[in-house]
Amino acid sequence: MTSDGKAIRPWSGPKGPAGWGLGDGQAIPWEYAPAPESRDIAKIRPQYGLFIGGREVPSSDGATFTSVDPSTEQPLAQLARATTADADRAVRAARRAQSRTWGRLHPRERAKYLFRIARILQERSREFAVLESIDSGKPIKESRDVDVPLAAAHFWYYAGWADKLEYAFPGRNARPLGVVAQIIPWNFPLLMLAWKIAPALAAGNTVVLKPASTTPLTALLFAEVCRQARLPGGVVNIVTGPGEIGMHLVTHPDVDKVAFTGSTSVGKLIQKGIAGTDKALTLELGGKAANIVFEDAALDQAVEGVINGIYFNQGEVCCAGSRLLVQESIAGPFIDKLKARLLTIRVGDPLDKNTDVGAINSRAQLEKITELVAAGTAEGAEIYQPPCDLPDRGFFFRPTLFTNVALSHRIAREEIFGPVLAVLTFRTPDEAIEKANNTEYGLSAGVWTEKGSRILAMVSRLKAGVVWANTFNKFDPTSPFGGYKESGFGREGGMHGLHAYVSLEDR
Amino acid sequence: MADRDPAEGRIEVWKTYKLYIGGAFPRTESGRTYVVSAADGTPLANACRASRKDVRDAVRAARSASGGWAGRTAMNRGQILYRVAELMEGRRAQFVEDVAQAEGLSAGKAGAAVDRAIDRWVWYAGWADKIAQVLGSSNPVAGPYFNFTIPEPTGVVGIVAPETSSLLGLVSRLAPALVGGSVAVVATSEARPLPAITLAEVLATSDVPGGVVNILTGLKAELAPAMAAHDDIDAIDAWGVPEALRREVELAAAENVKRVARRPKGVADARFDWLDDRAAERPEWIAAFLEMKTVWHPIGV
Repeated sequence: MTSDGKAIRPWSGPKGPAGWGLGDGQAIPWEYAPAPESRDIAKIRPQYGLFIGGREVPSSDGATFTSVDPSTEQPLAQLARATTADADRAVRAARRAQSRTWGRLHPRERAKYLFRIARILQERSREFAVLESIDSGKPIKESRDVDVPLAAAHFWYYAGWADKLEYAFPGRNARPLGVVAQIIPWNFPLLMLAWKIAPALAAGNTVVLKPASTTPLTALLFAEVCRQARLPGGVVNIVTGPGEIGMHLVTHPDVDKVAFTGSTSVGKLIQKGIAGTDKALTLELGGKAANIVFEDAALDQAVEGVINGIYFNQGEVCCAGSRLLVQESIAGPFIDKLKARLLTIRVGDPLDKNTDVGAINSRAQLEKITELVAAGTAEGAEIYQPPCDLPDRGFFFRPTLFTNVALSHRIAREEIFGPVLAVLTFRTPDEAIEKANNTEYGLSAGVWTEKGSRILAMVSRLKAGVVWANTFNKFDPTSPFGGYKESGFGREGGMHGLHAYVSLEDR
Repeated sequence: MADRDPAEGRIEVWKTYKLYIGGAFPRTESGRTYVVSAADGTPLANACRASRKDVRDAVRAARSASGGWAGRTAMNRGQILYRVAELMEGRRAQFVEDVAQAEGLSAGKAGAAVDRAIDRWVWYAGWADKIAQVLGSSNPVAGPYFNFTIPEPTGVVGIVAPETSSLLGLVSRLAPALVGGSVAVVATSEARPLPAITLAEVLATSDVPGGVVNILTGLKAELAPAMAAHDDIDAIDAWGVPEALRREVELAAAENVKRVARRPKGVADARFDWLDDRAAERPEWIAAFLEMKTVWHPIGV
């Protein structure tokens, strides 16, 4: 009975985990009321142009494409579909701004522009968060608490470097490379924009950025921020359009540097595209991270870390901990804990403040995930999905966990980029290292143990650019991020992130 | 304090200049003041002539604020320093008037000093989350150990402010101490203390927590030795210590092994060009109030 005397409505949902004081497998005796964030703060215009030379312009042939709300499949806006002539115009605007204004500006003043941008992003943070969740499908609590604050923090951090480059590169003159073409993915649209634009501008470069076709809206709102900050025209140019426009920018003769975040297959095309030229390149590509849990780990913390590692942002994260390597002695109980925890994950409306897993970004991505999960079952792995309801419309996928996975299975080798965890086991640290490194990727890894010396021993043998110890998916503008092997090269964030945007000359 | 003709109809309301301790504006406990004049000799105000006991109160406030300030994230400290710049920009006209009067500068030159003081906050704000990256290290020791060195704030810093440059000089010495996570007890320029009190009004309405900066006006011959001798001050910035007091101050500082940040050799306070960025924007001024901590941790399965 509740306090007002009404009978508790029988819970038709999943059973609760053991150890909650409810009795083993007893029903969770509560429901969540809807807690939607208001959409009103994000004003979506019916039509958006390109942002070139500080002005919004239509594409030269007037063509457009549609961005869709992945949680409702409803169209959100019409976007200008850039032509190669538009891309050329953007590069020209960037070149002009680099040689006439931005490149000549005193570094102290460059810094102040970037601080302004950081401040405006902070001031308009909720607007950005709501728009990001609408356009990308990610839960509002993630866009609000992770994507947008980190994006502002990146501008903040690199603003301070703009007039301190001599301390980042002692004894050398750090000069801008010139015009930078930047191509970013749809999983963290604004954050990837910040990772790209902030260090490039701090070092005195100008940029032409192409956002992903399914998530262009926050980039175009960022264009408005540039205007609000009175950033000189042409310093930041944003062109929306298909992948061919990105490739056109990559191969454009007046582009000095290319920065790309996305799939390894496209990364290879880009690396080939600049072969034989003097263009600089950084690539942040795919991953298949191992999250390694030893028997002495704090298991409840490790459960949270593993869950966060793979289901954060629907698993659409290049550094997602998509392979769990759990020590055999604790595999049974640990998997039980994971399954119990999965029951409490809330899948649904990205704008609901209680949602843990939102919408998959696009139909194409949903189909890819579906196909790989089917392959997992076909190859003999054992699937587990919590029995939660999914919305009737929109691109949703149940959080999924596979056991009995072999290292040769596709779900253990290919980047799924979805909420799908493959569980493998190991007996010794050597075996864990062997399995963790047995992939062409090398972006990130996780280690869970209470023994510090073991963490560091694992760290020294893992072939990954970021290793999280007793935590996962932590990001900070001061902390370099990037991969080994086919996960790419170059680092974003920290002092090392500046390196990608300067040419070092003798004093 | 320039008097208007009473016949014009309105008598100005003058400001009482007080100390800034623990986020509040008390008068000196000693009840003493001294007359502060403009560069042209016009009397401007009766400033507080702070005492040894005011130093004691200021140190107590600083020590209480020290843990909280040092415990902020570097980024947060950076944002708070930047916020000081934002608020100074908003009160630029007042600072220009203050500095022009105190230092006998034209409005143009005073404006340049104020602009540079604002930008200097921004420059040092940017160091908050970078100084550890530049001064810290991971050390490849010859053994199975992970060994790294990180800077930590020294604690309570006594700043004897430059005498000539009333605002820009003070900001250039105060910001580096704060950005590294230390807190400050400041003895302002003795002859030109008023812009520092206006700065205190900015600090009081910014996000800088009370006690992180404490500002005393008065005679350096009284304040500098008292600060140097105080056991709960960890470091002293001796830039503005008059030459005649230097040895006495440094002797007292040795009693609890204070770190002493001296004016560079051969540099005269009165002739130092605070507008020169290369001379006055120095990460080593941050390092002067940092301690280096080295950590050893074994590596092994």
